[in-house]
Amino acid sequence: MEFLNIILESDPSAAVVPNSTPQTIAVDPKKLITVAENLLRSSQTYFDQLSCVTGIDNGVEAKTMEVIYHLYSIPYNFSVALKVILPRENPVVPTLSSVWKSANWMERETFDMYGIVFEGHPDLRRILMPADWDGYPLRKDYKEQEKYREIQVKY
Amino acid sequence: MALHKTVTQNKVQYRFNPDNLEASEPNKFREGDLRSEEMIINVGPQHPSTHGVLRLEVISDGEIIKDVVPHIGYLHRCFEKHAENLPYNQVIPFVDRMDYVASMNSEHAYVMGVEKMLGITNIPKRIEYIRVLVAELNRIASHLIAVGTYGLDIGAFTPMFWAMRDREHILRMLEWTCGARMLYNYIWIGGLYYDLPVGFEEKCTEFISYFKPKLKELEQLLVDNKIFIDRTANVGVLPLDLAINCGATGPMLRASGLRVDLRRTDGYSAYPELDFEIPIGEGKMGTVGDCWDRTWVRVREITESMKIIEQCVAKLTGEHKRTRDFDPQALVPKKIRPVAQDLYVRAENPKGELGFFFRADGRNDVPFRCKARSCCFVNLSILPELSKGVLIADLIAIVGSLDIVLGEVDR
Repeated sequence: MEFLNIILESDPSAAVVPNSTPQTIAVDPKKLITVAENLLRSSQTYFDQLSCVTGIDNGVEAKTMEVIYHLYSIPYNFSVALKVILPRENPVVPTLSSVWKSANWMERETFDMYGIVFEGHPDLRRILMPADWDGYPLRKDYKEQEKYREIQVKY
Repeated sequence: MALHKTVTQNKVQYRFNPDNLEASEPNKFREGDLRSEEMIINVGPQHPSTHGVLRLEVISDGEIIKDVVPHIGYLHRCFEKHAENLPYNQVIPFVDRMDYVASMNSEHAYVMGVEKMLGITNIPKRIEYIRVLVAELNRIASHLIAVGTYGLDIGAFTPMFWAMRDREHILRMLEWTCGARMLYNYIWIGGLYYDLPVGFEEKCTEFISYFKPKLKELEQLLVDNKIFIDRTANVGVLPLDLAINCGATGPMLRASGLRVDLRRTDGYSAYPELDFEIPIGEGKMGTVGDCWDRTWVRVREITESMKIIEQCVAKLTGEHKRTRDFDPQALVPKKIRPVAQDLYVRAENPKGELGFFFRADGRNDVPFRCKARSCCFVNLSILPELSKGVLIADLIAIVGSLDIVLGEVDR
């Protein structure tokens, strides 16, 4: 697969992440859309499905968050993952919903759970949690609110 | 008087307030922003045709739908948060509760992921065949629910009961293996909870010979029915390019005419050694990728699953037959601590691609991050694309044909 060259053409700073299955490439958040579009359009890759968008909070000490995109190329039966590393304060990453429509809900879920803002997203609302819920539940330093509409949250 | 006292002593936890709904799950559209002939219709969350607790905000112009906004999260049970606080093997019961009509398949996917992380590759063939056998039985049960309730959605009452009757046989058999009807915790990391009960293989053969004519009956009653065809053919057509771009998987994608099945392309577990076809939508009654095709693909997949079960039973009574010293828990690790790594694993569930992303940090027995890629969640996100400009009655037909389980949509 020529995917690494295609990624390096659009983002020279891309690096292979060790110990990851499928192979994961860390890319610059600013170049993410270009990389994704090239991977989708190039006749050597055709990564036509975005399988999964995963947010990860590395904790308060590490001060970083990550978003991992798992791509799958149906014609070549090949998977690859893209990773972007974001600062924990004010995590912003451009949306991929213009490239793959499936990104729409998956990015909403990541926003809901981590508070990662997907810039340019057409409909960035909370999806699984209530709209008036406090905080982002999957952050490592999350403390649940004591009461939600007079109902005790913690049991 | 005494009664009154006890009532006042109990602390009232929740007071109904009409504004609560608006604050917790507000509509996307406002009445004022709509054109004068348009209106907002709320479907669900307690609506029988939404297959659980799905709420649809429908913008309609008379009978024509302008836009649909699904509101989900009513069954959110924090699977990912639970998984971050539990050892890998204790997550399996939570995995069961995601897609509660196809728990065996979900367990299989999850367990394969953890085994890959631990580097367990020498699973005995008998275990692999038992896993495939129970997963395919559960796939039939799940597709029976899908087809039966779909009939119910659009007005056919009898097929639902027939499907439930046949599903009951499968549930009883699976109950026999592990003691639970729906939430099994049967497939364990490195093995199984227990070997198949004595006589299970014979019972499977008996079930298949019973079920083959019953499926034919169900197909004639529902899928070939003129009324059913009129309600579903040419309705909710999902073109292939849109299906791929929207991330549709499983029967949804295959009904749109692409022969792709992770059991074949990934070739996990014992599937490479089994012979089965991959049915795709052909547009026999209308257009490729319409609601009828999706139902038809599911019915065909039941037939293929029966083929797989027959082959598994043959292997389990022949080449890999029961022996006295066979211990299905022999490879179950006492301590599960994978080395630091990221891993994404996926498997073909009845509804599509179920994926699990794990991050292990190498220092803990609990996953640092466990993300479930739910097939129903992604398939449901196509609903607004599918239902622009259709009639309200067709919206019900489209929602039913997606075959969503809200337990997996919301996790």
